[in-house]
Amino acid sequence: MMIVALCACAVSMIMALVRTALGTTAFDRVLAVNAIGTLIILGIALHGFIMGRPEFVDISLLYAILNFIGTFAVLKLFSTGSLGDKPPSRKS
Amino acid sequence: MIETGFLISVLSGACIAVGVVALLVGSLGLLRLPDVYCRIHAVGMIDTAGASFIILGMAIHEGFSIVTVKLLLIGVFLFFTSPIATHAVAQVAFKCGVVPVGRNMVNGAPLQKTSKSAPKLASKTSVKTRGAS
Repeated sequence: MMIVALCACAVSMIMALVRTALGTTAFDRVLAVNAIGTLIILGIALHGFIMGRPEFVDISLLYAILNFIGTFAVLKLFSTGSLGDKPPSRKS
Repeated sequence: MIETGFLISVLSGACIAVGVVALLVGSLGLLRLPDVYCRIHAVGMIDTAGASFIILGMAIHEGFSIVTVKLLLIGVFLFFTSPIATHAVAQVAFKCGVVPVGRNMVNGAPLQKTSKSAPKLASKTSVKTRGAS
């Protein structure tokens, strides 16, 4: 069952990758990359269970945090034009 | 009596199967739906239903150990952060002027740049909302 779930992760990752390539706006691409990150989290955990080394979930937890932070960084860059190191009032 | 190991494997397999169905449906929706705001629903399905059920299945398969605690930590983290992420995507997309399908309006004003068949719809909806407000 774990192998089936890993194959389903791969298939839906390919679908999200197609959406990343075709995406009409940049937000489609952000959304698809977020979905790919979630699928990578699941894939790492499932791979650890299939190979008999469930300690891989540590890496998976790290990826979960990085995925969240990365999505918010890209969205902040879209909405304010900077990542917060320069105040936007200085530019205008 | 049914053995406990068989029951655990059946239960974890059922949870992982539900999660796999949610993953496939969500990614199909991500591929096929017409708009950012529609695709957000599909990504929410992947992030909450699919990930939660697959992690629950893995936790049932593992039993009581430190790995289960970490898996449930991942599950709780994903369950709380991915709706926040999709909400932020929707908010930033609306702020940057992405128009939802089926309503050619931005913040109560009709959209200027549309295709050839769209301006009629835009003028109709703008007249309606102006009459209502």
